[in-house]
Amino acid sequence: MSGYTPHTEAEIDSMLEFLGLESIDELFAAVPLALRLAGGTGLAPGAPEPDVLVRMRRLAAANRPISEELVCFAGGGAYDREVPPVTRALASRSEFVTSYTPYQPEVAQGVLQALFEFQTLVARLTGMEVANASLYDGAAALVEAVNLCVSATGREHVWVSQGVNPSWRQVLSTFAAGTGHAIEVLPLADGSTAWPPDRDAEAPAAVVVSYPNYLGCLEDLSEARALCDRTGAMLVVAFDPICAGLLRSPGDWRADVVVGEGQPLGMPLGFGGPYLGLFACNSANVRRLPGRLVGETVDAEGRRAYVTTLRAREQDIRREKATSNVCTNQTLMAVTAAIQMGWLGTSGIAEVALRSARGADYCRKALLAVTGVEPLVSAPTMGEFALRLPVDASLLVERLADDGFLAGIALDDEYTQGRRDGLLVAVTERRTRSEIDSFADSFAKALR
Amino acid sequence: MTKDAAHSPAAGGRASSAPLMGRDAEPTLFELSQPGRRAWQLRTTDVPEVPPEELVPAAHRRESPPRLAEVSERDLVAHFTRLSHRQFSVDLGAYPLGSCTMKYNPKVCDAVALLPGLADAHPAAPASCSQGWMALLVELEEALCAVTGMAAATLQPAAGAAGELTGLLLMRAWHEAHGNPRRKVVIPDSAHGTNPASVTLGGYETVTVKSDARGCVDLEALRSVLDTDVAGIMLTNPNTLGLFEEDIVETAAAVHEVGGLLYYDGANLNAILGVVRPGDMGFDVVHLNLHKTFATPHGGGGPGAGPVAVSERLAPFLPGPRPTRVGPGADGAGDRYEWSTPPRSIGRVHSWHGNALVLARALTYVLVHGDDGLREVAQRAVLNANWLRKRLSGTFDAPYDRPCMHECVLSASSLKKRTGVRALDVAKRLLEEGFHSPTVYFPLIVEEALMIEPTETESLQTLEALAEACERIVAAAASPDGAREAIEAPHATPVRRVDEALAARNLVPTFDARR
Repeated sequence: MSGYTPHTEAEIDSMLEFLGLESIDELFAAVPLALRLAGGTGLAPGAPEPDVLVRMRRLAAANRPISEELVCFAGGGAYDREVPPVTRALASRSEFVTSYTPYQPEVAQGVLQALFEFQTLVARLTGMEVANASLYDGAAALVEAVNLCVSATGREHVWVSQGVNPSWRQVLSTFAAGTGHAIEVLPLADGSTAWPPDRDAEAPAAVVVSYPNYLGCLEDLSEARALCDRTGAMLVVAFDPICAGLLRSPGDWRADVVVGEGQPLGMPLGFGGPYLGLFACNSANVRRLPGRLVGETVDAEGRRAYVTTLRAREQDIRREKATSNVCTNQTLMAVTAAIQMGWLGTSGIAEVALRSARGADYCRKALLAVTGVEPLVSAPTMGEFALRLPVDASLLVERLADDGFLAGIALDDEYTQGRRDGLLVAVTERRTRSEIDSFADSFAKALR
Repeated sequence: MTKDAAHSPAAGGRASSAPLMGRDAEPTLFELSQPGRRAWQLRTTDVPEVPPEELVPAAHRRESPPRLAEVSERDLVAHFTRLSHRQFSVDLGAYPLGSCTMKYNPKVCDAVALLPGLADAHPAAPASCSQGWMALLVELEEALCAVTGMAAATLQPAAGAAGELTGLLLMRAWHEAHGNPRRKVVIPDSAHGTNPASVTLGGYETVTVKSDARGCVDLEALRSVLDTDVAGIMLTNPNTLGLFEEDIVETAAAVHEVGGLLYYDGANLNAILGVVRPGDMGFDVVHLNLHKTFATPHGGGGPGAGPVAVSERLAPFLPGPRPTRVGPGADGAGDRYEWSTPPRSIGRVHSWHGNALVLARALTYVLVHGDDGLREVAQRAVLNANWLRKRLSGTFDAPYDRPCMHECVLSASSLKKRTGVRALDVAKRLLEEGFHSPTVYFPLIVEEALMIEPTETESLQTLEALAEACERIVAAAASPDGAREAIEAPHATPVRRVDEALAARNLVPTFDARR
């Protein structure tokens, strides 16, 4: 019995009487008796809020969060970035939190305008013309990008760099079972994608590359672009929204589609979600765009107004011919990201990118000074880097957790020729010199 | 309009205050921007201040920072607060949007999602550092299986449509393992648009089957399309007309007979919580919309969460890695949890473990309600919907005049013939009556459809106020002036009807695309 339904017993009786019913059970007369649950679901009875809070606090206490117990050097697509009180406060306003998809624009201008600003900010950050109103996460954005390229080119082969986040590639391959796309992974050689020489193989719909890539390396995207120009493929760039503060934009590299994980723009780590799929392209492909798009227009009195537009692409109208099946997206995360980008502003995004690069550079040098530690690859990196350890990387991560550090991510052996000695380390603007120094000390002690 | 006298007192769910400060447009962040202004503050790190030229090779450096906006913290707060004042929400008033289950979202769930032990956990941390999260996810999986009558579930899908596609890929994998993925998936003509869109992405062809005069799947029509090329059927039960598919047992038998599987679209699960379970009806795959049934806030369009529960025979195909209880640890102190991937897994469907903080909210909702509370949710949702259906059946047409489940579908067809006022106009008039509008023009098989889902969290007084508002709108439409007022509505909202055709014709998707 909860306190969230307002009905009094007297009201229930009067409502049943109005309906000419004797009991609540009669409301379910259409459900065959044989199917009805006789003995309940087996769940415990409801508990009062304070009791449930105690329970949930106990579960929370069985984790080792980065804010209280571990200094975070892990990334891999989820970063410990500064999220100021102002972002948290504005993004938790219940008008944004408890509204539905803005299908009635007259009473949804708040969310619609915030999404319009989000789209503008993502377009500026990526150097593209159009961004959508969000997808679930980076992996989902990648899947949608590939679908767009396949539909635009009429081809079904897709070349994906091994430098693209391995989890995203796994999601891509899961969904390819339904679409039938042929996904080919092009391996990294010393941190950069080994693009194939021109060959007889079927020309791809898309060439997908990550910037920076999963190992933190900065690849020369002009090679990927040239490959696309030769084969007629579309260039998909998976970018990082913070590194973009310092790096050339994907649009500047002439990407056709840009995808990214928006978590670093104001979302807590939250054990992996809800995050934010970023998706941008140029006007030429806007009618193939997946998901919602907000456009500016006017109301009946000629005042500026916003509305979801080009709706004929979407599943509720186009059904089996829709550009995507996405309906519920990550709007609240997009609003959060708009607030966070407003807080960072032009100077802030550049400063966060620069400080992360400085921290990573300082940390990398400190860890490479430890005996037995070597760089995994020699390509230039930014913000994140991969090391080769003299020990099993997952054992080192466990060992350093005892010292209060989340040391990084033990790399999948696809990056280490079958060995288990690769470690991926990320440094954000939140890491201080003294944290990095103690991390390097613990690192050295653990390897001694 | 003289509103005060017209309304019932104490209607908690009627929003009485429309825009706080008139109806001027709010400037964009870019118009508020002033060069050189800033809000950001970052930690003092003492990391050596190496210049960018020494950190990033010239070929990769941008010439100038990306142009975002340049505002103070005060500007930022004022701007987004003013935007929030131009937005309807459940916390402001009733949201009887059919098929969307816009119920009140208990605040205790938000409090849980803010706990640092949950919010600040890195998803790649080793299992030894994530035992609380893994226990939470396993507990939620078990609870969802108990509610649906299924054997196992994946919590990875981020929304209902992602769950649908995951479910279809599970069906495909199961059929492939039994020799042939098959070609077709059957869906009723009343289905949500995500169903056929997901079917296409799952590599299947959609076969649409008609509804009969009662609004349910026409069993004979279904039998005529079933053959061994049908991978399965996707059903919502109660269906999108708010009606329970009474022949569900026969439907399940017919589909199973040709070796097909039954997919349950959980969009309308709120109607049957604790009363009847999809597993007991014969379904093999079930997706749930935690942002509907389990009250995780909808966030203006997301995030949601769309876990998929399956019967025993489909469990080996579930996405991985999944958190698994492996019994007490060596120290005997409670259960231990590990990540494991099922033997014939279709693979990952999310970058990490799903929309975890949404999942934590849903478990909280389950725990505060429990077995008794969840059943009460369904009972009162159905009670509210039937009360409104009966109360409004003289005001609008009732195309399926029989008891409904959690929502009722009425029609403004006669009203339109009589007065020219359409379902859309009724919806717009309701906005300025202080209610969010119902879903209109869905399901597609009902003309001038008004799909009303009050949910269990609205009071009798709110339902009365909503019914009175509908009656007032219909009565006023009888006069030419009243009809015109409805067709021109809304008048009192932050903006009036927006020009959707202009938005599509002259696309302005960013501030920079403005001419």
